[in-house]
Amino acid sequence: MLKLEGGFIQNLGRVYGLYTLGFLGFVILMAILEAAGVPNTIIGWLFVAFTVVIYALIGVLSRTMDSGQYYVAGREVPAVFNGMATAADWMSGASFIAMAGGIYLKGYPYMAFLVGWTGGYVLVASLIAPFLRKFGCYTVPDFIGTRYGGNLARLCAVIILVVASFTYVTAQITGTGIVASRALQIPFELGVWIGLAGILFCSMLGGMRAVTWTQVAQYIVLIIAYLIPVFWMSNKLGYGLIPHFAQFDAVSRVQELEALHGVKALMPTAEAQAEAGSLAALKVGINDASSTPMAKWKFYTLVLCMMAGTASLPHVLMRYFTTASVKAARQSVGYSLLFICLLYLTAPALATFTKLSLLDPNVATSIIGKSVSEVSNLEWIQKWSSVNFLKIIDSNGDGLVQINEFFMKGDIVVLATPEMAGLPYVISGLVAAGGLAAAMSTADGLLLAIANALSHDLYYKIIDPKADTKTRLIVARVLLLVVGAAGAFVASMGLTSILGAVAWAFCFANSGLFFPLVLGVWWKRANRAGAIAGMVGGFLAGTIYLYQVQFNGMTPWLGLDGLRFGMIGMPVSLILMIVVSLMTEEPDAETQKMVEEIRVPSGKSVVE
Amino acid sequence: MSKSSSGDRELHWQKTKTLTYVTLIIWYFFSFEIHLWGDALNTAGFPGAYYMAGQGSQVAFALLVFWFASRQDKIDHEHGLAE
Repeated sequence: MLKLEGGFIQNLGRVYGLYTLGFLGFVILMAILEAAGVPNTIIGWLFVAFTVVIYALIGVLSRTMDSGQYYVAGREVPAVFNGMATAADWMSGASFIAMAGGIYLKGYPYMAFLVGWTGGYVLVASLIAPFLRKFGCYTVPDFIGTRYGGNLARLCAVIILVVASFTYVTAQITGTGIVASRALQIPFELGVWIGLAGILFCSMLGGMRAVTWTQVAQYIVLIIAYLIPVFWMSNKLGYGLIPHFAQFDAVSRVQELEALHGVKALMPTAEAQAEAGSLAALKVGINDASSTPMAKWKFYTLVLCMMAGTASLPHVLMRYFTTASVKAARQSVGYSLLFICLLYLTAPALATFTKLSLLDPNVATSIIGKSVSEVSNLEWIQKWSSVNFLKIIDSNGDGLVQINEFFMKGDIVVLATPEMAGLPYVISGLVAAGGLAAAMSTADGLLLAIANALSHDLYYKIIDPKADTKTRLIVARVLLLVVGAAGAFVASMGLTSILGAVAWAFCFANSGLFFPLVLGVWWKRANRAGAIAGMVGGFLAGTIYLYQVQFNGMTPWLGLDGLRFGMIGMPVSLILMIVVSLMTEEPDAETQKMVEEIRVPSGKSVVE
Repeated sequence: MSKSSSGDRELHWQKTKTLTYVTLIIWYFFSFEIHLWGDALNTAGFPGAYYMAGQGSQVAFALLVFWFASRQDKIDHEHGLAE
């Protein structure tokens, strides 16, 4: 591939087309092996090993010692491929493994995540990304540092970036560990370190360039792995050819079944819930839209926090630094959203069909209302009970499974669907490979964002501005290793549950960075003192509030819980930034000229 | 093409701002406004709230970004400020 470099960008379509065919061929080969009697564990191993080796190979082939290649992939990534890479960068283990389960267990209020995690891209496209692309920076703190001037502003941005991205990356490494340990049948802690090794192989030698091309490969695997089982299930169980259209009739049917099985009326008993621990029974309706002002407010604020977080998370924004032009950066946001929607539009359909499969007495796979002994003998029930992903507790002792007696982890909606619907094991292997791709690709992007900010902004710009390129790139790699190891260490301690930490990352980012980024482009009057006040004030206010609510037992104000602490951080950041900017001198003429420059696509970039 | 008068830049920025406001109004509608009416969207025949949160808003966002990108590109070209 390196030899072809001159023609590589021109041949991307062909290269990834062949790759996709090759992957599908591999899936078919696995299906043949399964039919030939090869045991499931070996097929699981092959799926994980094959895909990870491919990613690592791409990573090694993309090695580079050029700083432009290392930090921004040479700014030559076409809009469509950058869209795929961003989609993989964006869709984490949480999106892939946990999202459909969240919709299943928590119903309509959870769908605020779907709205927030897609609509945020409108802000990225219209307010931030194209301007940062024109600016020509390597990292997000690079923009803050140059626009506002001075090492302190840069340092504040670096700190917020590290806190937000590190919170996020531990969740991803945890996700990698879960999938690797399940597919390879090894202990979780070992899975974490193996996952990290794969992640570092993809990113260490080639930086952004390597991460870009592995993320495209990972996107292809994850989207195939997500869509095939859902289409298969929708057709096999006779719900319709295209699940995205068929799901709405299914919603009405699920509502009938909810009445039949007493969802919302039958709550789990306290003893059963205590025994089930973190596993949950279905307690909400599928389509109970917010009807009280409080429910509406909670939906509204979650959407807002996730959107502003999307537009301020550095690992997302830095993907748009790699396009060839400002125009391509804008289009690329559209493609990113398109590729993300392929999965996000499928998640509700998956959740709804899973509900039908489990609840509808007319469907062979249903379990609710059947006898406990019959259900307990099902192979998938036994398998997932043994790893404590689900539990049946016959609390009323009538020998039947009621809705309030079936406890599960949301993750099984994605992980166990193939077995639930009676699909061959090869599909389970495929899903494991997809989950791994999703978690690895996001972890790659996050680790790189952290290490690049530390090496470029902290080391090169602040500590040793005279460092030569070679030293800088060596420092970047050492930092990548250190940050990765720290993330894996935290993950292996099992300190984070996947989604809690992910939502925190969004609020850390929007509390500290959203307004300094947006106003840096849209308000010429914004100055250094204002930006620093906005970053420090917003970030501290949000963090202190999170601490009080999450760890100190404070009653949340207006229902703003730990998922929504950006609602405290953001207003503080905005107000401080405006007030302090207006109280201090306006930025010098040179800075104002710079802001005018980034508002037009033509002409040279500001830095470099 | 890259040389242009400051008056042209002024107008370019005005139009850019207008486009951004329009984009943000549409964004606001599909992000927040529509979901405030979630319970009213649910009718006997169709789960409107579920539809908007699970599909409608997302499709609207994707179309909106592509539309925004093409409009902005047109504005850049009109004023000779495209790359």
